[in-house]
Amino acid sequence: MSDKPHLSRAHELDLLKHMIRIRRFEDKCAELYTQEKIRGFLHLYDGEEAVAVGVIPILEKADRIVSTYREHGHALVRGVPMKAALAEMYGKQEGCSGGRGGSMHLFDRATNFYGGNAIVAGGLPLAVGLALADHMRAENIVTACFFGDGAVAEGEFHESLNLAALWALPVLFVCENNLYAMGTALALSESETDLHLKAASYRIASEPVDGMDVVAVEAAARRAVRAIRETGKPYFLECRTYRFRAHSMFDAQLYRTKAEGEAWRQKGPIVRFRGWLESNRMIHPEELARIEAEVAAEINEAIAFAEAGTWEPAENLTRFTYAERAA
Amino acid sequence: MGAGGEPHALHICGKGGLTGSTRIMPQDLDRSEPAELSYREAVREAIRDALIRDQRVFLMGEDVGRYGGCYAVSKGLLSEFGAERIRDTPLSESAFTGAGIGAAIAGMRPIVELMTVNFSLLALDQILNTAATIRHMSGNQFDVPLVIRMATGAGRQLAAQHSHSLEGWYAHIPGIKVLAPATIEDARGMLWTALEDPDPVLIFENIMLYNMMGKLAADAGPVEIAKAAVRREGRDISLITYGGSLWKTLEAASLLAAENIEAEVIDLRSLRPLDDATIMASVSKTRRAIIVDEGWRSGSISAEICARIVEQTFWEIDAPLGRVCSEEVPVPYPRHLEQAAIPQAAKIVAAAKVAVGRA
Amino acid sequence: MAEFRMPSLGSDMEAGTLVEWLVKPGDSVKHGDIIAVVETQKGAIEIEIFETGEVEQFLVDIGTKVPVGTPLAKIRTEQEVNAGIDIKPSQEALVIEPPATMSIAPHPIWPPISAVSPPPTIGRMRASPAARRLARSCNVNLAAVVGSGPGGAIIFKDIERQLTAATMTVEKKSPKGLDLDAMRVAIAAAMARSKREIPHYYLEHQVDVTPCEAWLARMNATRPPESRLLMGAVAMKAVALAVRRFPTFNGFYVNGKFEPSSGVHPGMAIAIRGGGLAAPAIHDADRLSCDALMASMRDLVARMRSSHIRSSEIADATVTISSLGERGVDALYGVIYPPQVAIVGFGKVVARPWIVDDAVLPRSIVSITLSGDHRVSDGHGGALFLAEIGKLLQEPGKL
Repeated sequence: MSDKPHLSRAHELDLLKHMIRIRRFEDKCAELYTQEKIRGFLHLYDGEEAVAVGVIPILEKADRIVSTYREHGHALVRGVPMKAALAEMYGKQEGCSGGRGGSMHLFDRATNFYGGNAIVAGGLPLAVGLALADHMRAENIVTACFFGDGAVAEGEFHESLNLAALWALPVLFVCENNLYAMGTALALSESETDLHLKAASYRIASEPVDGMDVVAVEAAARRAVRAIRETGKPYFLECRTYRFRAHSMFDAQLYRTKAEGEAWRQKGPIVRFRGWLESNRMIHPEELARIEAEVAAEINEAIAFAEAGTWEPAENLTRFTYAERAA
Repeated sequence: MGAGGEPHALHICGKGGLTGSTRIMPQDLDRSEPAELSYREAVREAIRDALIRDQRVFLMGEDVGRYGGCYAVSKGLLSEFGAERIRDTPLSESAFTGAGIGAAIAGMRPIVELMTVNFSLLALDQILNTAATIRHMSGNQFDVPLVIRMATGAGRQLAAQHSHSLEGWYAHIPGIKVLAPATIEDARGMLWTALEDPDPVLIFENIMLYNMMGKLAADAGPVEIAKAAVRREGRDISLITYGGSLWKTLEAASLLAAENIEAEVIDLRSLRPLDDATIMASVSKTRRAIIVDEGWRSGSISAEICARIVEQTFWEIDAPLGRVCSEEVPVPYPRHLEQAAIPQAAKIVAAAKVAVGRA
Repeated sequence: MAEFRMPSLGSDMEAGTLVEWLVKPGDSVKHGDIIAVVETQKGAIEIEIFETGEVEQFLVDIGTKVPVGTPLAKIRTEQEVNAGIDIKPSQEALVIEPPATMSIAPHPIWPPISAVSPPPTIGRMRASPAARRLARSCNVNLAAVVGSGPGGAIIFKDIERQLTAATMTVEKKSPKGLDLDAMRVAIAAAMARSKREIPHYYLEHQVDVTPCEAWLARMNATRPPESRLLMGAVAMKAVALAVRRFPTFNGFYVNGKFEPSSGVHPGMAIAIRGGGLAAPAIHDADRLSCDALMASMRDLVARMRSSHIRSSEIADATVTISSLGERGVDALYGVIYPPQVAIVGFGKVVARPWIVDDAVLPRSIVSITLSGDHRVSDGHGGALFLAEIGKLLQEPGKL
């Protein structure tokens, strides 16, 4: 596999569609949430699409993904069916986690998608463990672990990086640095804000990446995954990005200014990439319209699926706590 | 009891005499096992047996390799099985417990050793929020066939931060299983069954038991892990206990017998799930019960058992239920205070006599 | 026409206050525009619209707090704007019915916490569940059992002991013959309880039983001694008939209320050599002839003395009759045996000077006393009751 992203037109349109698909889906989730169709907590990925879309498509089917509560984008790009994801957020049995998890706990065995985790940094040890198994069996499998800048403060981050480096485990650590851990700005919580340096201090190969540039993210991801497959050792990407929406739906955003958000939106991943494609005449308006239409149709289909979904009978409440053995 | 308060020279038959530990698979051992061995050695043999039997099994924890284990349980295993399968970890309880979870999900059979229950608190997030929940949150897509072993209990003057008995806390959590082997046979036999379980299993080894000696049957092997055992039959009162407190309870039963009070001693063996059937059968027969639990009394597993007894055998009981637990104090350092803080045979005898009306 | 509603922004958001409109009626809006500001417990949050069209009309005033889901404005949709017509929404926004089990009950209004009232002491017995169950299944009257548990609570072995004592088949070679110690303990408990719980009142009535004696003499003249009628049988029959007319003296006071007994089963107080005392019942004495009564009484005494009384015979007595005439006392004021509500006492029949038709004549007089439970009966009824007994004794042949 080469380091350079394939800059074929088909691939470009693919990247764009992935990002648009995530964006429209997230916006629809926001709408559904205000209508109380989706409940609990909802954390949306608007603005960060380039990270998931740059990294995940280059992974193999057997590779593994661990993510956070802001995982819709990762799930969709990975191939978790949109309708299963939405049904899950509705709480219906037809959801990808059987309706039991909700927005923060999307799991899908078929695509090696290991959640969805509501504990900041809680997924890192899990990712290390998945990679440990593959390492012990000498399998050529990479575990991609996504987390935010907030996770960097947790002890589990340091323990996990150290262990992965010490034991040479095939983990791709992808830090989505959107500058805020919920409402706390990075500069107020980290003495060292160049997060990739922390990984370097554990002797993990690491680099900062413009997380708003899907091509740059893909290029960095290719470098990283290749290194991991060749050396078996972990790699760390600090993707610098921004979260356009609030931390979750119920957030007055008292901790940052609208001007800042506006500035980042100007250089948002979709705006930038589309603009670049347009200025290079690599996309026609009809194609854009087609993409939007396809995405809209898929979303409507997913909504119909979720609305038609069924509630798990309450008698089944205590199932899935322990394995069910054949009687 | 020995000078250190630990049981010694106890001869326990593998099969005869004691009820409750049933074989689930016949064993052809390819090496001979010692006829008399310590609890520590029994645990070591269990780990060795698992490592030999199944290549997916590996042991991971602090100082389990080069040091040979804080309680010498894993001594010699590193040289026998190598560093890939006996992994010394950094002092990162959360990371290596989470790693054990991940490795188990991905098809290995890790044994995570948390040095003691006192340090397990650093891994509590992974145990409760990952191990116990992944099956459920994923809608039954993933098993977590992980075994976590920890040392537990007081008695060695290790003071307040090193003397907890938190098995009861863990038994509160749906999604995991909690075991407390109190006999050589269980120390030897519970591990394999736990490794075969698709759900996370926590095994608590009381530190006062490691030196305990006993005989093991030549064909000793896996034992079942969901049932309590009647260690001594009696008709006057049920003494219900687990782990390190079993031997004090048996001693109390001997003392009571000398006064014509015949106590039935139940070894819970599993704290989650609790074997209600065995408990209730005993209490229905004797009509009185004392629960002996090294945890602090408030909100303890002894409270749970009392509640269940009242729920299920209210019409049979003939005296208020009693409990002998650790006193409500962080465990103190000096020997006399530490011994006063934890359950003792004398306290169990006194409680039993109150229950039978001979106080 | 579409509606722009107060959005839910969080699971714990129940309502919001509209504080600012960022558009006005007539403005065009598109999907994603921020059009209003809502104040919530977390601060002011800008809310977006998911429709494209034109603001038609505001429905809620600034400053109003409204629940989530309340329509805030009417929006003419893009289609309607383009077509220039009003299109009624083809369907209401899909409302998912939550499954019945998911409905959340409103917070219950808890009753104010008051001090726990102490349990009623009258009629309350501390007995373990095991003891109660055994007593119930074997028909043992808990009131008759002495408890050996903590604070006198009745425990299982007390019931067992009661059952064994009741059958009393264990023969002892000692002068006692039956376990008088246990019996004394039981009597002590019962008598103490009686005095503790029952407000006794006492009435005495002196009755001329000369005709009764004469009748008995005539009846017995031709009978062998073992089948002779005694005054006691006549007295018992009279009492039995009298309680039929005065039911407040025949029954049990249990759990705070009186339960009259449909049957009349007077207990006959029998002293036992060595210090024992029991009052086994003769069932349906009101329906037995005096002869049958006499036979029963003889049988009871014999069985009593040989320790062959069933516990049910003691437990079944609905009223007690005690006679100490043979011992020589004029009157006896008995202690009611709980849960009964009366005890009738007979003293010695004594020859006394009596006024009969203005003349002073020697007559056989007996003093009949009533100890009554004042919770159930009172002096008026008691007096009538005793008078009835006296009246019945005037015509023994009709008993």
